[in-house]
Amino acid sequence: MSSIENIEIYPIISLLIFVIFFIGMFIWVIKVDKKYIDHMKEMPLNDEPQKSSGYEKV
Amino acid sequence: MPGTTLEQFNYDNKIVKYFGVATIAWGLVGMLVGVIAATQLFLPEANLGNPYTTFGRIRPLHTNAVIFAFVGNAIFAGIYYSMPRLLKAPMWNKALSWFHFWGWQLIILLAAITLPLGLTTSKEYAELEWPIDILIAVVWVAFGANMIGTLIKRREKHMYVAIWFYLASFVTVAVLHIFNSLALPVSFFKSYSAYAGVQDALVQWWYGHNAVAFFLTTPFLGLMYYYLPKAANRPVYSYKLSIIHFWSLIFLYIWAGPHHLLYTALPEWAQVLGVVFSVMLIAPSWGGMVNGLLTLRGAWDKVRVDPVLKFMVVAVTAYGMATFEGPMLSLKNVNAIAHYTDWIVAHVHIGGLGWNGFFTFAMLYWLWPKMWKTNLYSTKLATTHFWMGTIGIIFYALPMYVAALTQSLMWKEFSEAGRLAYPNFLETVIQIVPMYMLRAFGGLLYLSGAIIMVYNMVKTAKQGKFVAEEADEAPALKPHVAHEGEFWHRAWERKPIFFTILATVAILIGGIVEIIPTILVKSNVPTISSVQPYTPLELQGRDLYISHGCVGCHSQMIRPFRSETERYGEYSKAGEFVYDRPFLWGSKRTGPDLHRVGGKYPDSWHYFHMVDPRTMSPGSLMPPYPWMSTNIMDHSDLPAKIRTLQKLGVPYPEGYDSQANADLMVQAEQIVANLKASGVEVIPESEIVAMIAYLQRLGTDIKKTTASNP
Repeated sequence: MSSIENIEIYPIISLLIFVIFFIGMFIWVIKVDKKYIDHMKEMPLNDEPQKSSGYEKV
Repeated sequence: MPGTTLEQFNYDNKIVKYFGVATIAWGLVGMLVGVIAATQLFLPEANLGNPYTTFGRIRPLHTNAVIFAFVGNAIFAGIYYSMPRLLKAPMWNKALSWFHFWGWQLIILLAAITLPLGLTTSKEYAELEWPIDILIAVVWVAFGANMIGTLIKRREKHMYVAIWFYLASFVTVAVLHIFNSLALPVSFFKSYSAYAGVQDALVQWWYGHNAVAFFLTTPFLGLMYYYLPKAANRPVYSYKLSIIHFWSLIFLYIWAGPHHLLYTALPEWAQVLGVVFSVMLIAPSWGGMVNGLLTLRGAWDKVRVDPVLKFMVVAVTAYGMATFEGPMLSLKNVNAIAHYTDWIVAHVHIGGLGWNGFFTFAMLYWLWPKMWKTNLYSTKLATTHFWMGTIGIIFYALPMYVAALTQSLMWKEFSEAGRLAYPNFLETVIQIVPMYMLRAFGGLLYLSGAIIMVYNMVKTAKQGKFVAEEADEAPALKPHVAHEGEFWHRAWERKPIFFTILATVAILIGGIVEIIPTILVKSNVPTISSVQPYTPLELQGRDLYISHGCVGCHSQMIRPFRSETERYGEYSKAGEFVYDRPFLWGSKRTGPDLHRVGGKYPDSWHYFHMVDPRTMSPGSLMPPYPWMSTNIMDHSDLPAKIRTLQKLGVPYPEGYDSQANADLMVQAEQIVANLKASGVEVIPESEIVAMIAYLQRLGTDIKKTTASNP
């Protein structure tokens, strides 16, 4: 084909999707519950098996 | 909690151990091949006088080994340890885990065999031919199925950010691999790209840059979000930042591919998109770096004593440096100086040695004592490794910067009379040979540090006791009861399938926007009527060029700069490449650009130059190819090649496959006669005849005033 018809509409739609998604995400991040964030942050540090005894020889 | 039963389960450490051992074993191989390649660049004798170990063939062996074998196995080791623990569920299926492991090692072995044999597509980081591509897809699906199965069986409701990075990497690499590898097979070991010329270039670098993004970066960011907090024993600096930079990164990165094609025949609009998105990428990349480094705030005293943290700090810093340098290199004015030079090589190795290498070392130094329930055998040796590696990186990168700027500025310099100051390409090569020696020393230091690490890991394992199955317990996942006012995000993020779909959409957008118009809209590749398909003999020569990896040192894309048109001839037009499957624009000029070498030298010059480059070009670093004058080319695959190309749309006349061999001999006899007139005797079926035919064709179509039949 020699050109894509009505191509002008696609960048506008894309920009709208992009802007709406990222603004939505920013709003969520600002309003999110601190307890949830703290729970997520600690996840790698809370994953030691409960039954393991200390193994580090100091 | 009243009424909840604790379910008991085990984490599989054996698979982690195996992936970890594979990481370091292949790492040593990959680094050694790298040091050999680096040596060949100042000592052509190190090509060892046979086709299998020439630079053109072992460069892709090195890149595939360090990317897929070293970094690949490291990713899997890191994921198979962290993912089950973050989700409180073992990896879904042990059979899949082992199929993944052995399948991946088989792929590497096949690469190690096929690449030195010259069985290659020539497309960077996608050199492996189609049967291996299929195997890669199958193993990759197994890996993904294992991860998704684990997610479904998880006991932790929420997905920690590391898992987002793992999932996005899985999905994107699958998409990239499938689309870039599309080809029509000619035979079991040979295929032709589904794309040609400009379109192939765009698809290749959409893939190539995103291999960096989604194989070398996002999985490692995921690993960073797990292993850095573990090693520092403190949570990540800002979880909110990790969310924001994750989505921005995966959306923006895809568009950056065209920054590999600035000032080439790629349409201008695509180049602009590549530049703009590459510059925007600084923000999410540095979000990752900031998050990593600031996690250590208040723990810098630990860095002084812990080699794991030392490696991590340098790794994250190298990531920040490379992700600033990359966008800078994407600016057209900087790119005009840097493209085709060793600056790009330096940039790659800051990321590869610094970010990927060092983070892998850190992770292994952390994992080994954990899995053997002991301390690291020697902190001192690990610290020594750290310093050797760091100094190795410096000895690698700094000479490369000097070499790049020296060579690039020499290429561009004009005398007062308005002529090129250094018209002979070789003058620019000779200046930088000492820099190549320093770079090889840097690589050797880096490799030596890794060898020390192997010793340390072996001794650590010996003094400990391996825990193959690590027990843990957690309550089963309760079905979620929605409470009031809950934001959509938490609902979405708890649904890993939906999350994966969303991430897939994010990564598809950039590719669709850049690739579809380039393929469908004819005006993006203006037709040139005098451009014809390659003749059968030239096609054979082209495939020989591909199999020897000539594209590793020679570009075929003259940029619209006066310094290039003076040196090489008319700049390269998009329409000239419509029958190039795959494209051979190249990324590096260790040797000169060849796009308009056709007709520049007599056939005999090419003969002597291939047999021993230094007879025609004193001081040249090119490997000798003496066997080309005596090796017989098997032209029996020619009819199949013609038919395959016809299926891909190359306009050979109908029935030409039965005519091709005859036409080949006519053209070959002509070259034999030319050579004979210069005192050289060869038979028409020899490789050198095909190579000469191809080289003499390059760039000559636009000089023709009338279209002629092949």
